[in-house]
Amino acid sequence: MVSLLDIIGPVMVGPSSSHTAGACRIGLFARGLVGGQPDSAKVELHGSFARTGTGHGTDRAIAGGLLGFYPDDVRLRDSLELAEQAGMAITFTNVKLRGEHHPNTTRITVKRGGQQAVVIGSSIGAGRVLITNVDGFPVEVTGAFPSLVFVAQDVPGIVAAVTSALARTGENIASMRVSRRQKGGDAIHIYELDSPPSAETLDVLRAIPAVRTLRAIPRIA
Amino acid sequence: MFESLGEAVERAEVEQISLGELALRVEAEDGLRTRAEIEQALQRALDVMRGAVERGLLGDLRSVSGLVGGDAARMAHASGPLAGTVFTDVLAAALAVQEVNAAMGVIVAAPTAGGAGVLPGVLLGLARHRPVTDDMLVRALAAAGLVGAVVAVRASLSGAEGGCQAETGAAAGMAAAAGVELLGGSPTEAVHAVALTMQGTLGLVCDPLGGLVEVPCVYRNATGGAIALAGIEMALAGVRFPIPVDEVIDTMGEIGRTMDVRYRETAGGGLAATPTGRRLAKERLVQLKPHRS
Repeated sequence: MVSLLDIIGPVMVGPSSSHTAGACRIGLFARGLVGGQPDSAKVELHGSFARTGTGHGTDRAIAGGLLGFYPDDVRLRDSLELAEQAGMAITFTNVKLRGEHHPNTTRITVKRGGQQAVVIGSSIGAGRVLITNVDGFPVEVTGAFPSLVFVAQDVPGIVAAVTSALARTGENIASMRVSRRQKGGDAIHIYELDSPPSAETLDVLRAIPAVRTLRAIPRIA
Repeated sequence: MFESLGEAVERAEVEQISLGELALRVEAEDGLRTRAEIEQALQRALDVMRGAVERGLLGDLRSVSGLVGGDAARMAHASGPLAGTVFTDVLAAALAVQEVNAAMGVIVAAPTAGGAGVLPGVLLGLARHRPVTDDMLVRALAAAGLVGAVVAVRASLSGAEGGCQAETGAAAGMAAAAGVELLGGSPTEAVHAVALTMQGTLGLVCDPLGGLVEVPCVYRNATGGAIALAGIEMALAGVRFPIPVDEVIDTMGEIGRTMDVRYRETAGGGLAATPTGRRLAKERLVQLKPHRS
């Protein structure tokens, strides 16, 4: 279903809903994966992002997202300079990512303290994005909801443990997805929630033995 | 929202309300947001549009590549036979918003950033010559949104999928409905304005120099506004387009699906592939120092 406000909007810094607004949102998601401003970021631009990204401010938009700016923030224009002032080391490289990818795709590797995360995201039109890979796990996240992203040991009952914990703390799940690279290995869990998870919810989930690296990511769209 | 403008007009006429009022009611019925929240979001869009027009008209902005800027201010001081009329004000406002967009300023994608000048161009250009309230402008934006939602479902709003007819063409169709709404026309007149406008943008290719949203995009927003004015004026005079509006929109989608990829935002054809287009793109892109491969 298409909403009026999908058509009249978003309010955004130009010049391109896909190359600027969408790119910014992928940067915001990468920031969320390390829980704040990265110390360093390696940004790899693929396809049309590599070809015409500079002229569309794709680099500035991604740097802005990593700094926590949303697509309507005028600071996007100066984000490369602001990143330098903030001490965030950022590099851009044009690449051809292996496998099937949307033409407007970037892979971002972020480091913060002892944490590292790698995200692949595509800007699929009108400022909407699709996160397709987190730390090597295939995923599908739009960022339209606050989300919980965590890696957990692939053991029986883990989904029930998480969903009952969420039910107990009063969180409503909008969508959920579990994906693993191999049986019995680790699996990535992504829960999109109707509202941002409470601190209590995060504590309860962290107490589940199989759950590792829990990250709460704000909505980016 | 609706998937057919024909259905929307029928319902608006049964309920004896305008297209914009219908759009606001249906959006609230869909339940994601209350009517007040929807109106508030559209009011913010209107405020941002006004700000972008004012900013662009100052005339000092340059696009990221330096290729465009300053033409909105030139247009605002037009001295031709239509100077000081709605027509030149629409052109100036559309250019202004698109120049702001090209300079990484704040705009409202309507429906996209590349076509963002047409709707504010037409509405705010008309508003300079008519006593209109913000409530009327918000309802006009809702009418535009309804048209855009139907185009999104039946055809496309992406230049990469359907060429410029899907971006500035769709924006012009939306602006035509919004203009008729603002001027107090009927729902039937509004959708005939959409059909009369979009028949004039069918087949329009997306051929930006270097793939940047600059040339011809900035100018196409102005001419898109001019075509929308033609559609509005004809529909209000009682002109009725023989092909129903939904079929015109379907035609845009069909042309887009069969359009060669060179004409779909790849800078592989059209003005982008002219000798001058290639030369300018090369000079400007080199100047931008693209990242190493």
